[in-house]
Amino acid sequence: MERTVSELQQKAMELRRCALWMIYAAQSGHPGGSLSAADIVAALYFRELRLRPEEPQWPERDRFVLSKGHVCPIQYAALLLRGFLSPEEKGTLRKKGSRLQGHPDMKRTPGIDISTGSLGQGVSCAVGMALGLRRQGSRVRVFCLAGDGECNEGQVWEAVETAVKYRLSNFILFVDQNGLQNDGPCEEIMPPQSLAEKFRSFGCRTYEIDGHAMEEILAVLDAAQDSDVPVAVVAHTVKGKGVSFMEHAVKWHGTAPNEEEFRLAMTELERGAVR
Amino acid sequence: MRSLRDAYGDALLELGEEFPKVWVVDVDVGRSCKTGAFQEAWPERYVNVGIAEQNAAGLAAGLAAVGITPFVTTYAAFGSMRMCEQIRQSICYPRLNVKIMCSHGGLTPANDGATHQCVEDLGIMRTLPGMTVVAPGDYFAAKKLVRAAAVYEGPVYMRFTRDPIPFVYDSGETFTIGKGKVLREGDQAAIIAAGDVLSQAKAAAEALAAKGVRICLVDMHTIKPLDTALLEQIMSVCGNIVTVEDHNIINGLGSAVAEQAAEHGGCRVRRIGVQDRFGESGPYPALLEDNGITVDHIIESVEALLRR
Repeated sequence: MERTVSELQQKAMELRRCALWMIYAAQSGHPGGSLSAADIVAALYFRELRLRPEEPQWPERDRFVLSKGHVCPIQYAALLLRGFLSPEEKGTLRKKGSRLQGHPDMKRTPGIDISTGSLGQGVSCAVGMALGLRRQGSRVRVFCLAGDGECNEGQVWEAVETAVKYRLSNFILFVDQNGLQNDGPCEEIMPPQSLAEKFRSFGCRTYEIDGHAMEEILAVLDAAQDSDVPVAVVAHTVKGKGVSFMEHAVKWHGTAPNEEEFRLAMTELERGAVR
Repeated sequence: MRSLRDAYGDALLELGEEFPKVWVVDVDVGRSCKTGAFQEAWPERYVNVGIAEQNAAGLAAGLAAVGITPFVTTYAAFGSMRMCEQIRQSICYPRLNVKIMCSHGGLTPANDGATHQCVEDLGIMRTLPGMTVVAPGDYFAAKKLVRAAAVYEGPVYMRFTRDPIPFVYDSGETFTIGKGKVLREGDQAAIIAAGDVLSQAKAAAEALAAKGVRICLVDMHTIKPLDTALLEQIMSVCGNIVTVEDHNIINGLGSAVAEQAAEHGGCRVRRIGVQDRFGESGPYPALLEDNGITVDHIIESVEALLRR
């Protein structure tokens, strides 16, 4: 799908509004990380991923694994806008009987390739998919989005070294490095040192980008095409990006806005859309 | 006498030929778990992730999500505990077709001691929604049940022994996951066994029969889903049941049978198994004896029930 940078930026803002709307309606969910991941998710769903919304199980589709599963509102927003889900489902996030569970559920939700939520595990699943597809002769690619707090999990690194061992160039890992985790700044909870250096030393082709600069996201997706090893993209982002009072604030990791906060946030996100 | 891990290796080699979607995921214990022949025959369907069990389980989920049937191979202690949460979240919850195949179950890695023995696995695994839990009783049962697992849709945990154990069956015997096997009919008491101690249960049943006891013997190789129809049938004729397993008496076969007996009512159950304690290094028969998992104790337990 060819789209201009500015169209993709608009999509990212649309995703942010949709995700925040869902979290507000549910009065539960994780706005901070949903907002920080929005630009990467927009680039993937509105340009990069080969998908067929009318055929969610299309075997030749690119796979997307949201390993930081708690920010699924941003993925659900993309699935809504791409037509995997019907518009009336927007209000069902975290509701009893809903297809939109609190964390992604591959058995319930069209467009979800694997169930995630317990941190670290999605990265292994994505590597397994990439290995299975590659060895079965497929050219399908597997994109994975993990969090920086999530990189505390040793399993992330077990998975990455496996991807490198098997030279899975069809595995592209984005880390949404927004600098905050549940209990506070990553630097305080478990200092990450340089994530990029870690991925490089593991043997990944590694990029560091501004995760809100659409041009940089697109450039890195293009550059990843000719890699012969796994690709890691450390995307520096702002938690709560686009809503002034949510930016850089630990409080908004897993708190839903009240009515006043929601109205204010939506106004800011509308304004941001026409920047 | 042959070990169940040998049965696993031999079965894998046959499955490899027949089922092109069967893969093996190893965690650096492939040599101990007998996956070598499979690896040699089908290197493109073999993965070794090193000593990283959690990653192995997650990777297997990913393989299953793209249509492969992975057989994750490790020791029971690590397959049921180190990768437990990955099995729950990434395999059982989405009901992916992954097989967790574990050697060194129970007290059979006898010389290795408590760290490598595993008396908790059947209980832990049977608590997971959607998991199927199987403990074959001899070499031939294990071979057949490994094959059954390959065609069974959904997650399966299967336990093998490290050390050789006696044959109970011959190569022509058939097995169905979820269906217990009645090896001897009787209406006074029933011995229900699972796993590598089936041969002790069989010897005890034979001795009791020789004394004139009308004894029923069941190989309950599938702990979950439990063959409740068969148990119902047995409980309606036998009021006395002794369970035998190389597993903690808490939450294994004995618990599963006792749960149903309590709901059925009118049955007395005695559980023979590991007495809620860790093992140690030593000869396997001595470790079993420490826990009363012996032919004599099975006989005594049945006779004690009959005297009441």
